[in-house]
Amino acid sequence: MIDVINLQKSFGSNQVLKGIDIKIEKGDIMCVIGPSGSGKSTFLRCLNCMEDPTGGQIIFNGVDIADFKVDINIHRRHMGMVFQHFNLFNNKTVIQNIMLAPVLVGLQDLKKAKRQNSFIKLTNLLRSSKMKKDLVAITTSKAEIKQQAKENAMALLNRIGLADKADVYPSTLSGGQKQRVAIVRALAMNPDVILFDEPTSALDPEMVGEVLDLMKQLAKEGMTMIIVTHEMGFAREVANRVLFIDDGQILESAPPAEFFGNPKNPRLKEFLSKVL
Amino acid sequence: MGDFSKKVDAFLDAFINQNGYAKVLEGLQNTLLIAVLGLVIGILIGTVIAIVRVLPKYKVLPRVLNGICSFYVGLFRGTPIVVQLLVFYYVMLPLLGLRISSVNVAIIVFGLNSGAYISEIMRSGILSVDHGQMEAGRAVGLSYWTTMLKIVIPQAVKNILPTLGNEFIALIKETSVVSFVGATDLYIAFNMIGSNSYEFMVPYLVMALIYIVLVLLISLGIKIMERSLRKSDRRH
Ligand SMILES: Nc1ncnc2c1ncn2[C@@H]1O[C@H](COP(=O)(O)OP(=O)(O)O)[C@@H](O)[C@H]1O
Ligand SMILES: [Mg+2]
Repeated sequence: MIDVINLQKSFGSNQVLKGIDIKIEKGDIMCVIGPSGSGKSTFLRCLNCMEDPTGGQIIFNGVDIADFKVDINIHRRHMGMVFQHFNLFNNKTVIQNIMLAPVLVGLQDLKKAKRQNSFIKLTNLLRSSKMKKDLVAITTSKAEIKQQAKENAMALLNRIGLADKADVYPSTLSGGQKQRVAIVRALAMNPDVILFDEPTSALDPEMVGEVLDLMKQLAKEGMTMIIVTHEMGFAREVANRVLFIDDGQILESAPPAEFFGNPKNPRLKEFLSKVL
Repeated sequence: MGDFSKKVDAFLDAFINQNGYAKVLEGLQNTLLIAVLGLVIGILIGTVIAIVRVLPKYKVLPRVLNGICSFYVGLFRGTPIVVQLLVFYYVMLPLLGLRISSVNVAIIVFGLNSGAYISEIMRSGILSVDHGQMEAGRAVGLSYWTTMLKIVIPQAVKNILPTLGNEFIALIKETSVVSFVGATDLYIAFNMIGSNSYEFMVPYLVMALIYIVLVLLISLGIKIMERSLRKSDRRH
């Protein structure tokens, strides 16, 4: 689903990613670990071009999205992202946070279809009666898009047990609640993959569990996930592959049993001995 | 004291019997019109400039736009507003062959001028919004502009509301220079009353009081607005 080929990223003269090659298949749960400053976040952020790669390719569903010419916004709809610091929209209520993108994107598509239709109608005037072109089928309306997004958001909130918080602002939520809302905000777009950048690192210890539990559920349902994390227990239990990144390179990539049980790279051995 | 009450009588005579109140109302109306419309134009211009100035600058177009905006801001902040008024009214209009009333000229110049100041206020407001807000918007597939308008700007405006209120008060005070291009404002009105009654002490005192009351009312309005905004933050 995602094919990363010789991915490089430099900030000025500082080369942070030094050629990363990795294939991510549908349903993969990939955990990324490594020392801080090694380029894990940069790697993750290059996957949806939050940072523009300075070299290499990212083939997502057959398209090289590292190419400046592609409309990245279209592709980002299919890649959710969850941040360390949640980044819920502060000026929106919880349910608005979840609905915002589906509604705006739905309305955009509707507008585009309508624009196309007016163009077809206009050109049809010039065509002979046999040559008339068919209009694009519009099966939805503004109200329907909003209604559907709202129902979907409510279902997601019910799922995480926060339906009663639908109309509050994010500032009133606990860290764990914020992160769970952020996760369902990503889910609301029905993404093909969700990228997590240390989703539990900013949480108080007693709230880490609720977030990891939600992520485990998603994993069970077959969601493709790429997770930068320091939660070794989680990686061992949930991942089907674990990557070790150090100094901008993948030094080891293996199933968790092998990764933790029989690490080969000396730097990984040293790292694991420190954190385990 | 007898002297002072005589002065008050002279003022009241000019104010009531010689149509002074009509002039004052006209002046007050112009003062408010210039300040309010100037602020509205200033917010529009200021927002556009602020967005241009925080645009990522790898491409040529944002850099060129940014240069133009810096020049604009430097120009309008670097010269006195009286000079801007005079140049606009006595130099630009004749050169362009336009005929615009002095009040409208004042509205335009105050709008352009406050646009320069508000752009700086708005820019710091935008920069005060956590960068994560923009990232979160982009990550769900919204464009830079959509995220800017729906997420960042509303939070920026909330942060700078008190400063915008001060800008409005500053505008109200600065309108006292529009008489330079012949617009009737409070100063012109009370000056006329003074000339009619050969007595300037009371008219200027009343003028000062009107300015004070105006500013106090606006400050109160800003406080109320801020409080109601903060409430919406805590709504459960
Ligand atoms: N926006 C940026 N500008 C300049 N340097 C950056 C930027 N983001 C990250 N870096 C640098 O890239 C390196 C890797 O950072 P990061 O990917 O955040 O590491 P990790 O997530 O593994 O801790 C660090 O040296 C950091 O200073
Ligand atoms: Mg990081």
